[in-house]
Parts: sequence; structure tokens; C-alpha cells
Amino acid sequence: MTDPAAVSGYEDPPPRMGFFTDTSVCIGCKACEVACKEWNAVPEDGLLLTGMSYDNTGSLNASTWRHVAFIEQRKPLALQDPGVMHPDVDVLEMAPLGSSTPPEQALMTPTAPGQEGDLRWLMASDVCKHCTHAACLDVCPTGSLFRTEFGTVVVQEDICNGCGYCIPACPYGVIDQRKGDGRAWKCTLCYDRIGDGLEPACAKACPTDSIQYGPLDELRERAAGRVERLHEAGVTDARLYGHDPADGVGGAGAFFLLLDDPEVYGLPPDPIVTTRDLPSMWRHAAAAAAGLLGAAVLACLTGRRR
Amino acid sequence: MTAPDPRDSDPRDREALTGVAAGRRRRRERRGEQPMVPKAEFTSYYGRPVIKPPVWKPLDIAGYLFLGGLAGASSALAAGAGLTGRPTLARNAQVAAVGAIGLSVVALVHDLGRPARFVNMLRVAKPSSPMSVGSWLLSVYGPLAGGAAVSTVTGRLPRLGLLAGLGAAVTGPAVAGYTAVLFADTAVPAWHDGHRELPFLFVGSAAVAAGGLGLATAPLRETWPARFLACAGAVTELTASRLMNRRLGMVAEPYRTGRGGRLMRIAETLTVAGIATAVLGHRSRALSALAGTALLTASAATRFGVFEAGMDSARDPKYTSLPQRERLRAGEGSRAVTG
Ligand code: SF4
Ligand code: SF4
Repeated sequence: MTDPAAVSGYEDPPPRMGFFTDTSVCIGCKACEVACKEWNAVPEDGLLLTGMSYDNTGSLNASTWRHVAFIEQRKPLALQDPGVMHPDVDVLEMAPLGSSTPPEQALMTPTAPGQEGDLRWLMASDVCKHCTHAACLDVCPTGSLFRTEFGTVVVQEDICNGCGYCIPACPYGVIDQRKGDGRAWKCTLCYDRIGDGLEPACAKACPTDSIQYGPLDELRERAAGRVERLHEAGVTDARLYGHDPADGVGGAGAFFLLLDDPEVYGLPPDPIVTTRDLPSMWRHAAAAAAGLLGAAVLACLTGRRR
Repeated sequence: MTAPDPRDSDPRDREALTGVAAGRRRRRERRGEQPMVPKAEFTSYYGRPVIKPPVWKPLDIAGYLFLGGLAGASSALAAGAGLTGRPTLARNAQVAAVGAIGLSVVALVHDLGRPARFVNMLRVAKPSSPMSVGSWLLSVYGPLAGGAAVSTVTGRLPRLGLLAGLGAAVTGPAVAGYTAVLFADTAVPAWHDGHRELPFLFVGSAAVAAGGLGLATAPLRETWPARFLACAGAVTELTASRLMNRRLGMVAEPYRTGRGGRLMRIAETLTVAGIATAVLGHRSRALSALAGTALLTASAATRFGVFEAGMDSARDPKYTSLPQRERLRAGEGSRAVTG
């Protein structure tokens, strides 16, 4: 049985729902970030310029549940030309012609393609992976984090006591504590919308359908087809991340099509749910504790007594 | 997480526009051994951490590790000492145990983001959550340790007191040991990867603390078990730490460098010095007390050192990404990336 909702005890759950984020069509507009904040009433989390790129959010955190990463690379995107290089254009020569020059006489128009460049932008909207084996949920001591009937992972804010254990447990650095509030927050996959048959706010807002929502089975099929088509088109960099149920978290409920190594986007290359090793940890701890008890007994049985 | 102020950053960091920027440059050069994992090409997203470092406060949580260890091991020592005719050692260890465990519960509640909801810890019993297991363990151990101490100090209900003391002696080592699982069951590289050695390092450190307390407070004719326990603990702790450093390769770097490394070195020096003083000065009250104090300090330094090393390993993306990349390269990884 691989449906996490069924494993968690739901009888006859609805199909597992998830996200497929196809970063090859992401234009970095951040509509997802905004829509998420609006729908979920997520507070503002600092209006800072990072100075590193157009990414001024930095990372997923308690008040950023969708995060758009920007990466600029000196690398051509196969069969695509960003057309931003115009090194042979002399603007001073063009200036005397004035702005009303008819297009056929103009040295250049706004749509004139530039030289073939060697620059590409990667943009990717990151989100909670809604893991099949979710470390955050496993370690939560209060039962605040739970598995929904859709197979997603959600925090119950009226139960969380802010112990913070889920935060370092997540192998992707998703869930985080909100300062001043003390509790842990993350993407709910719009639990309040999908129950009503609506798609999550981010997927709804995404103008390029980079974020696709649906039954996970269907999304996985669609994603496999998409990678194939991209490979055929010469985009050999295309790959899927979190798509395979044989990965370290049992497959992500929100998976991605990436154009470079996961690390480039700030994602771990081979994440593993920490609780996989928990039985071994308990065994070692039990041996150690027994050793301590034994040492104390031995300490008192030896030596000269009064 | 708030974004870093660009004015604070090294201008070279801001040049890192290609996305394949190397990891964050370290301001201070690292000393000591070189990474054992062969140099792999390291990529990160502008040097940002991949995982979230714990939000735990060092004083609360490292302090809790120390106090919980001291209490747990003291209870085991107290029961043995009481049954073998060392009443002062037994009483002191019992009182120390109850004081330490009381303080540690205060630290734990203080660390919560919503302290008023601390009772939610006992809302469910979850074997998959070491923190849930620990909460239940504490709620059994705490009253036992308390009962034993109250009975000894007041002289009331000696039978029940003895039973409580025996109960605390059995659950105490579990309290001292489970905290290693608490830390290891995270994605923090220096903690998770050390999950085999950390429990031994932690109970070793707990034995050092309880032994130290006994040495510092019991009359000379009763200090033998404390000295023995401290020695056994020191050997265990130092061995576990060596093994862990060897097995973890580059992930063990934070145990040798930075603040974590400094604390671990202080702890080791104090442990060795304390043990030497305890053994050589076993006829001197003053030297035994000095040794005991050194050992208590050493145990605290160990816990803060492990805490800081974990934080460092979580903040630097290379400790998360590099071993995973190596795993994939060696063909031992899972199928995170396909197609
Ligand atoms: S990505 Fe992290 S926060 Fe999301 S379900 Fe997985 S472990 Fe939990
Ligand atoms: S911070 Fe809240 S959600 Fe996270 S583990 Fe603790 S109680 Fe659970």
C-alpha cells in the first residue's frame, strides 16, 4: 500500500493530490507567492532586497509557502535564444533617426532578435513536498502535524506548541517557526480549497501552468511525457525531482521538473527521511543506557565499603 | 528567515550570479584534517542553507542535555550507593537529580514557542517522535526521582522511597540516552550521521557529570563509585567521539572547527584533567572536589559543543549537499532525480 492516506488509516480515501511544478515554463512572475499569501492570509516577512538576484524572498519559511528561485547562468538554453545580446548596436547612431522611424528603415526594433546569447535564467517555484514519508509529521510530538485524506501534510495551528522539532527534521528546510507567534507554519496545499474541489491558490494563479495541481498519478504521467518531449526538443538538461516513489522520502507529493542539478535550486540532491534510521538509533541508545546502568551497578559493587 | 542585508556581504558574494557559485566562503581558515570525502564539485543556491537549522535556544536545549544527563546518571548512582552503604553519596545524588530534572523541565517549557501549551506534549504517545517518547519518559522519571529524594531527605516512607529510587535508577539512564536520539532524528548532518556514536557519547558525558557531582560533594570514604563512574564515562565518551570523527569524514568538521570545535576541545581537556586529578588525588578532599567541578564543567561543555557543531553543520549547505551528491555518484543514492 503506497497511498499515505490509506496507510494513515483513512478508509477509502480520495485520490492522492499533489503539485507538478514544471520549472521549464516558469517566468518568475511570483504570482504564486502572492496568491498564496492572499488566500492563506500569510503575514509579510520582511521587505528586504537580497542583492543577489530578483529573488528577494530568499527561501521557504514560516511566512513564505511558495518561493521562486532565480538563477542566472552562462549557459545556453537548448534551442532557445534569450535574444538579449546586442553588442553591435550603436545607440548614438540610432538616436538621430528619432523615434518615429518606420520599422523597415530602423536599425533595430524592440522585437529584433539579438545575437545568440549564452545566458539562461532558471526560475523555479519551490513548495513543501508533502512527502510520502514525512519527517516533520513523524517527529511532531503533539500530533499537530497530520496526514489529510488527500495524502498531504498539514499543521494544526491550534495544537502546535512551538517545540520546533519539525523544523530541523525536514530534509528540504521547508517548515519554519514564525517569530513572535512561536508556532510552525508551512504550505497546506490549500486544504481548505481542495476539499471543495478548488485548485490551490498558487496553481490557480500561475499564468504559464508551471504549477499544475491534480491527482498525483496523473501528474506523474504527465511529467514523464513532458520530460520526454523536452529531451526530444534538445533540452537534455530536463529531469524530474521527487517524482519516483523509490526516492528517500518515498516520493514527493509535490515534485518538479528541473533544468539543472537540485543543488543549483537550493534543493538537496538525495534527501532521506531521517526517521528511516530511527530503529537503529533506538537500538544504539538502549545499549548505551543499559551500559550506563551497568556501569553504575559495577561502580557501587566494587571498591572498599564502609 | 530574513534576507541578509546586501551591504553586509562580501562584494565577491554578490558576483555569484551564475547560480553555480561555490559555497559560502568561510571567513576563518579551517584548521585540522581535510575532508575525507573526495573533493566533489559543490553547488549551492547562493550559499544558502539547504535545511533549516534548529530554532532551539542553546542555553535551554544544550542546558537540558546536560541537566537531564546529570539527573539520569545520578539516579542510577544514588540507588547503587544507597544499597551499598554510602548514604551521603546517595542522598547528594538524589537531591542533585531532582534539582537537575526540575530545572531541565523549566528549560524545556521555556524553549517552546507556545509555553502555555506545554501539556500538548502528552496529548499523544508517538513512538516515531523521540520528543514524545522523551516527554513520557520525563513524566515517569521526574516523579520517581522526586519521590526518592523527598523520602531520603525527610526519612518518611522509606520503603516507597526505595522503590521510587530503584524506578528512577532504571528510567534515569533512558533519560540520559534518549536525548541522543532526539538530536540524531533530524536532518542536521553532524547529528543525524552520528546516530550510532551519539548515544554513547551522551551517556558517557552523563556519567562524567554524575561522577563529578559525587566527587565534589561526597565524603572521601564514599567517593569510590563516583570516581569509577566518572572514569568509565570518560573512556566511553572519548572513544565514541573518536569513532564518530573518524566515521563521519567531512561531516565531522564542525566538531573540530568553529565554536563547536572549541567547546569540544575544552570538554576533552577538562575531562582528561578531571579524571587525572580524581585518580591521583583520591586521598585529598580538596583535589576530589576540584576534579568533580572540572568533570561537571566538561560534561556541560560537551553538550554545548555538540549543539553548536550541529548548528554549524545545518547552516553550511555543503554538509547537506556534498555527502548526498557523493552517495549518488557512488551509486548508493536513492532515485531523487530521474529522467
Ligand atoms: S517537505 Fe518537509 S515540511 Fe513538507 S512534508 Fe516533507 S518533511 Fe514535511
Ligand atoms: S513545532 Fe508544532 S508542528 Fe512542529 S513538531 Fe512541534 S508541535 Fe509539531
